Amino acid sequence: MLSMSTPALMKPSRSAASSGTLLDFRKVAMQFPNGTVALSGIDLTVNRGEFVTVVGPSGCGKSTLLRIASGLETASEGTAEVDTKRIGYVFQDATLLPWRTVQDNVELLAELGGVKPKERQAKAKEAIDLVGLGGFEKNLPRQLSGGMKMRTSLARSLTLEPELFLFDEPFGALDEITRERLNDELLRLFVEKQFAGLFITHSVSEAVYLSTKVVVMSGRPGSIVGTFDVPFPMPRDPDIRFTAEFAELVGEVSHALREGHS
Amino acid sequence: MSVSTRPEVTSSATADSQRQSARVTRLYSRRSTLWWPPLVVFVILLGVAYLVALYYDKVVQLPYLIPYPHLVLKEFYGDPFFTPLLYADLLNTTQVALTGLACAIVIGVGWATLMSLAKWIERSLYPYAVILQCIPILALVPLIGSLFGYEFLSRVIVATIIAIFPMVSNTLFGLQSVDQSQRELFELQGAGKITTLTKLRFPAAMPSIFLGLRNAAGLSVIGAIVGDLFFQRGTPGLGVLIQVSTARLNGPGTFAAIIVASLLGIAVFLFFGWLARVVVGKWYDFG
Repeated sequence: MLSMSTPALMKPSRSAASSGTLLDFRKVAMQFPNGTVALSGIDLTVNRGEFVTVVGPSGCGKSTLLRIASGLETASEGTAEVDTKRIGYVFQDATLLPWRTVQDNVELLAELGGVKPKERQAKAKEAIDLVGLGGFEKNLPRQLSGGMKMRTSLARSLTLEPELFLFDEPFGALDEITRERLNDELLRLFVEKQFAGLFITHSVSEAVYLSTKVVVMSGRPGSIVGTFDVPFPMPRDPDIRFTAEFAELVGEVSHALREGHS
Repeated sequence: MSVSTRPEVTSSATADSQRQSARVTRLYSRRSTLWWPPLVVFVILLGVAYLVALYYDKVVQLPYLIPYPHLVLKEFYGDPFFTPLLYADLLNTTQVALTGLACAIVIGVGWATLMSLAKWIERSLYPYAVILQCIPILALVPLIGSLFGYEFLSRVIVATIIAIFPMVSNTLFGLQSVDQSQRELFELQGAGKITTLTKLRFPAAMPSIFLGLRNAAGLSVIGAIVGDLFFQRGTPGLGVLIQVSTARLNGPGTFAAIIVASLLGIAVFLFFGWLARVVVGKWYDFG
């Protein structure tokens, strides 16, 4: 099996598994050595079948939240439990290795996890087809558009068959059209692969469209100022974005953002 | 995969390839306009050389100081005594330079890799790379001679010392310039230091290493000739040939040897530039 390194402070707790909770943050706070308080009193859970999106102004510590969840950082206070070793992490940029082809880039994580060549080639092939990059296996990243790079990055994480998928503003640098298309792709993957998602963004409509739950953060120090359940069913109709209910929820979330910000 | 996404994928790919072919044509047209200006300059310089040679021949009456270009050219193919000597010495200098370069690569890359492993190692060792760079090498050459003799070994040591700094600094810079999120990607997979080094840091450092290599190659030729000037014993190289020709008032020989030395420097520079393009040019633009 592909193995993730389990960071010291995140020993999986089997008790949480029974309730279907994959990520459980309690009173998490983060103070950096230089004294900056990035997060304070964060309570957040992500259950199986949930797609949770965190929106907040830049610099509110939402990326730090994700870094703690992945184990790249350790919370300075509180408990951060993650009940799976299969975590996918998609960075802000595609972080592809420019000297590797699409195929070799997608194989990378499995390769680092010690998966045999035959097996990881098959996994990569499947993931590449899943994100619609079939036929581009031999291309180098420089020959790809921004959207295709992001698809490659997604495919790379998919080879881990993640139970928990962490996204750090992955589509922030893309144009509106590509972004909407990738949002649809992501939703399709979510329904098909049934991972739980924790998605960071600063776009309110993207947050509402993608998720089952929207968490609103405010900055300095980062804390949660509101949580909204998104009632729209999955799989989601792209046209839902043009309904009154959708606009209303976007309005509510935006309102909470503004309140928290002032 | 839904069919609807394919047009985006393919259309952006064709756009990319179009952009690429546009760039290629631009490059070619730029090249075709590039070859003749240097040629014009060369012809002008040749004319000036003839005028100066004429002046030294007829007015100063010391023709061996600045010889006529065609006499210099003749040294490359038609002097029964000098021509074989020229190529034998070129071979010797090339051997010294390449051996020195090989040592500089091995030691330099090893040194930089060691420093990249931990901050404290870097802090301990980097000052010495700078010090090595600051030592006026000419001041050191006589000492190297008395310690290691006046032959091949000493010549190689001089070439190595002169060529090593760009290898160390460029390799270190390359190894450290890896994107933070790429490093974290490896960290998340639990990749160890060695795996990260071989699969991420080294490949990422290749363009930088090759730039260092190109500079080091040019410097190794300089080192080989400097060593030669000081160490007269052992198998002589171009440095000795230049000195001897000057001493014997062999103007054409002196110039021929200088030109061959320059061509050697240019050749290694071009060779490693070409090698860099072959090895990493697929994914990296050297500009």
